[in-house]
Amino acid sequence: MRVALFATCLGDRLFADACADAVRLLRKLGCEVDFPEGQTCCGQPAFNAGYVEEARRMARHTMEVFAGAEHVVLPSGSCAGMLRRYYPELFQGAARARAEDLAERTWELSQFIVRVLGVRELGAGLRGRHIAYHHGCHALRELGVRDEPVGLLRSAGADVVPWDADEECCGFGGLFSVKFPPVSTGMADRKLDSLPGVDVVTSADGGCLMQMSGRARRRGMTTPFRHLASVLLEATA
Amino acid sequence: MSKTRPADYPRAAAATLRDTPEVRDAVTAATRTFDTHRRESWAQIDADRWRDWCRDVKEHVLTHLDDFLEQAETSLVANGVTVHWAERAEDALGILEHIVDAGRVRRVVKAKSMLTEELGVNAFLEGRGVHVRETDLGEYIIQLLGEPPSHIVGPAIHRSVDDCRRLFHDHFGTPLDATPEALAATARQALREEFLAADMGISGCNFLVAETGTLALIENEGNIRLSTSAPRVHVAFVGIEKLLPGMADLSGFLQITARAATGQPIGNYVSLIRGPRGSAESDGPEEVHVVLVDNGRTTLLADDVAREALRCVRCGACLNICPVYRQTGGHPYGFTYSGPIGAILAPALLGLEEAMPLPFASSLCGACADVCPVRIPIPDILLHWRERAVEAGLTPFVERMGVRAFGAAAGRPSTFSLAGGLLRYVPWALGGRALPVLGGWSAERTPPELSREPFHKHWKEGIE
Repeated sequence: MRVALFATCLGDRLFADACADAVRLLRKLGCEVDFPEGQTCCGQPAFNAGYVEEARRMARHTMEVFAGAEHVVLPSGSCAGMLRRYYPELFQGAARARAEDLAERTWELSQFIVRVLGVRELGAGLRGRHIAYHHGCHALRELGVRDEPVGLLRSAGADVVPWDADEECCGFGGLFSVKFPPVSTGMADRKLDSLPGVDVVTSADGGCLMQMSGRARRRGMTTPFRHLASVLLEATA
Repeated sequence: MSKTRPADYPRAAAATLRDTPEVRDAVTAATRTFDTHRRESWAQIDADRWRDWCRDVKEHVLTHLDDFLEQAETSLVANGVTVHWAERAEDALGILEHIVDAGRVRRVVKAKSMLTEELGVNAFLEGRGVHVRETDLGEYIIQLLGEPPSHIVGPAIHRSVDDCRRLFHDHFGTPLDATPEALAATARQALREEFLAADMGISGCNFLVAETGTLALIENEGNIRLSTSAPRVHVAFVGIEKLLPGMADLSGFLQITARAATGQPIGNYVSLIRGPRGSAESDGPEEVHVVLVDNGRTTLLADDVAREALRCVRCGACLNICPVYRQTGGHPYGFTYSGPIGAILAPALLGLEEAMPLPFASSLCGACADVCPVRIPIPDILLHWRERAVEAGLTPFVERMGVRAFGAAAGRPSTFSLAGGLLRYVPWALGGRALPVLGGWSAERTPPELSREPFHKHWKEGIE
């Protein structure tokens, strides 16, 4: 199967290793991976801040870049949610049909592995590891992705530890965390205060990881935070 | 103390977290308890089907609101109720003043009502020398403290039991280690005197049944029943969106509202009020007035997207699950209705400019939409108001320019890549001092490290 990777802004600059791990993982699972040149930003930061015209421009560009792809896979539930849930709402007529077509072919990484590839077990590489999984809000509520990442981690032997706040927002929210830093910090603290003792915290979204790990470091916590793509690659060992 | 306005939210929220961190603890604990009860209660019923049904009934009412309002008025008048129409808050207060003057009212007891908070009833009456007493225990506590409610259902949830012990000690001389039961008994004693001495009872209304002219009021303490039956005059303020077609609809809404709010199958007391005391009845008010209030609701009704907010039954479920609300409680929002529902009502009820930045005070996590008993798509309505705010030029200039430049660059990959490459030279290590907008962000977080090289370069070199 041929997939086009959409690295996303944060993926390209801050989680480049996780993007490379996503490529390795998809190849291991038998996929041929493309990286369409010219990809930029999905438009979500602008869209969520109310700049719909700018978001539409970025969406149009993204639709052109990925026009020929069989499947588009993102190491981000949030950006995948933008393409699947909101692109069609930005357009009318023929453009809307193209947006809907792209939406149907767009997947968050773990969602793609389970729902499209039909793979539910990756290996045994996480045996004995205690892992906390943070459900990013948009993966969870816009894409309905809940069991896919947790199931893949468990199948590889991980103990996915119960976490009281695992489905609560980390407080990132893009510009939200810049506009209201103390509120955003309070939300991150709720995540960290309820975090059980684990070997690693993982999530499908770089934004959430950046928020939680940034706050954890500032508080002197040493728990590692790693992107789901890297942890899933480890699972295949 | 000057009144907090929505524009104060960033400063007021920061101050609450910094100066009174116990508020966050109290609000988080109380809302988590509410939400747990809600979840358990919904598990006992086919909640998804109930929510669909409630949404559909409310949509039907809103689609034919003019017809239902006229039907309600006819039914109420037939029951002996005097009906008044108020387009704005000042109209509603003018009507109230007229009733107060005509009835020579000196003392008022109030049932808990968010609409009367919205209208500013207490301050208005007190300004005219009328004694006003809130009779819901939570409302009573915050009235003694001189504070507005911080939650739709639990007005005093930002306060601890110890706060109440100190308050009652100062007011009534109760011991500083009094039990909550003893505090409630003290309040009950004081309030009984108020009920007996009052000339007028003022209430809101949970639902108004158009077919029968029945006012339905849900409560747990019995104070609403006393407020609406003991004094000789009862005035109910009713938002025009509160209508239901018939009694069968009411039975469903009484249950879903209580389950969504507190997890109870139904409120401890449900009062169904048809009109004043009948000739064969021994008690009840001599006069009942219903004031139907618009105050911005028709602005919502005319908005294709935001109109869905009019389905709200004021259960507070969206506040209880909201991680943003949990940080501070309702006061920093500077508006009667706080949390997610407040952020989508404010632009219509206050005007968009006055409501800023409330539509932005959300991470768009979507948890609110998951729990709304009438399925209001709150995140979509937040996005709608944000879009309107951008169109109206109400967002900060620097942000506007930044997003436009980013958007333009994202349409041209070479420029975008260059812009991304410049990120490398942004001195994150300086704690974001080079980027003033990020100052607050990096003050409390360690900034992320850029990857050794961007992924798109790594890809070109080949991935092993």
